[in-house]
Amino acid sequence: MTRLGVNAALLAGGGLVLILSGVLGSSELSLAQAFGALVGAGDETARIIVWEIRLPRALAALGVGAALGASGALMQGLLRNPLAEPGVLGVSASASLGAIIALYFGLGFLGAFTVPVLAVLGALAATGVLSFLAAARISAVQLILVGVGLSSFAGALGALAINLAPNRFALSDMVTWMLGSVTNRSLDDLVFVAPFWVAGVVLAVLTAPGLRALALGEETAQSLGVNLGRTRTGVIGAAALLTGAAVAISGVIGFVGIVAPHIVRPFVRHDPADLVWPSALLGGGLISLADLILRLAPLDQELRLGVMVSMIGAPIFILIAARSRGMGQ
Amino acid sequence: MTQRSVIRLLADRVSIRRDGRDILSDVSLEVHSGEMIALVGPNGAGKSTLIRTLLGLLEPDAGGVMLDGGPVSVLSARARARQMAYLPQDRTVAWSVTGADLAALGRFAWGGAAYDRLGATDRDKVDQALELTGATALKNRLLHTLSGGEQARLHLARALASDASLLMADEPIAALDPRHQLEAMQVLRAQADRGASVVCALHDLELAGRYADRVAVLDRGRLIACGSPDAVLDAETLAQVFGVMRQPSGGFALADPGQA
Repeated sequence: MTRLGVNAALLAGGGLVLILSGVLGSSELSLAQAFGALVGAGDETARIIVWEIRLPRALAALGVGAALGASGALMQGLLRNPLAEPGVLGVSASASLGAIIALYFGLGFLGAFTVPVLAVLGALAATGVLSFLAAARISAVQLILVGVGLSSFAGALGALAINLAPNRFALSDMVTWMLGSVTNRSLDDLVFVAPFWVAGVVLAVLTAPGLRALALGEETAQSLGVNLGRTRTGVIGAAALLTGAAVAISGVIGFVGIVAPHIVRPFVRHDPADLVWPSALLGGGLISLADLILRLAPLDQELRLGVMVSMIGAPIFILIAARSRGMGQ
Repeated sequence: MTQRSVIRLLADRVSIRRDGRDILSDVSLEVHSGEMIALVGPNGAGKSTLIRTLLGLLEPDAGGVMLDGGPVSVLSARARARQMAYLPQDRTVAWSVTGADLAALGRFAWGGAAYDRLGATDRDKVDQALELTGATALKNRLLHTLSGGEQARLHLARALASDASLLMADEPIAALDPRHQLEAMQVLRAQADRGASVVCALHDLELAGRYADRVAVLDRGRLIACGSPDAVLDAETLAQVFGVMRQPSGGFALADPGQA
């Protein structure tokens, strides 16, 4: 299958999940009514359910999954490590800490942008630390361990904030960030993170080709013509913008960034730059599919998306870690 | 080397210190067009450091490197890459890419696309380089399915694909079997014969003497001799620097077996 074929198939899959998310659900709405509402016909109630409740939630899941999938592929390329991923390396936890700080202190100095901005800053701090250490040539294993430490540290600070939470309302908000969910997301929520995602995509497109040369190591990449500082800054910025904005909307959802690139890699000849788009598309499709299944599952209490994704993703992560003898094999 | 050759690259009294230790001390070297220089010396003599300094990848603590009369340090990474190709000793590749995509990285400074999206000119150069190193059959193979020697030929093809007029190779024939060692040396020699400058760090003194126009001997960071192979690889240097002597029957023996 060609690269374009892979991307087209994944795009079609994501579109299908989006349509299914619009027409399927627990409310008293027949399939025909839902389809009608989806194309703009039918009564007002049906249109509200489909367009203002189901689709924003599905779009949020799609965007979050795509952002995390792309971040995983970008970080793996930069750090030359198939286990790198925003969740594993503590980038998501740091972004979540940023979001929690905004909520805990009731910060609103940037209006509705405050939470996403602080989440992106948290992600940027963590990615910067990781990249600095990677440049100092620490081993792949050391890097993962640093990420585990970073993740625990940000998690502990987040727990501290929850302990000190001034009111119950903020507490429930914070639990949401830490468990990960896209329930009740509106189009407004998406509008406020969209600029960060757009900026992240632009940076990713500009700097991803450098990942190809980075496969040979930083010094050889420089000898091939890579501007190392620019590539590193661009990839870090892209991963931080994408992850930070994703966490701002959904809280922490782990392992997407490792599972999606791992599945896609053989279909793009293991090329670290070609990996980024299909990882985003697969990540988006997987998360929106997982959320649809959660929504339809006959459970008394709805499972958190982040919890379910981790239950599937964590064992796959362990499997990949146990099987990777060297790097990238 | 012809008498009309020009100086392409010039190391002028280069010193590099790391952690209080001199890795290169006061090394000066001229690299002419159309010549092949073999850099020899024991392990830790500074061969790799000198190559990386010539490429502008390391900033000397004293002295400087000039490319075609201008300081190499002011050039962008891309401008350097279009003039100079580098085959490092460390051939680790983080991802198991295809042979063609690895070789295509030699054209990175001209665009940075994967092999199947290269322009016609770039693709021709990659194909020629693969042909020269006998690696054409490895184009669609993933790296982790290849032997060390096969991977080494792809790395050499990658360096040749740049078609750069200066080629720096750090132990290009390590990991190759005898036949492919000779073929690789012939390919590098051919580059010099058609006007390129080739600098390669070698451990095999026989091959260095046979293929290079000049041999530069490094010992503990100092350039102690540089000249024609016969003049430089004399009995005294061999004994002093490498601790070996030529045997009448061919090959080398320890100069002082009692000390070994």
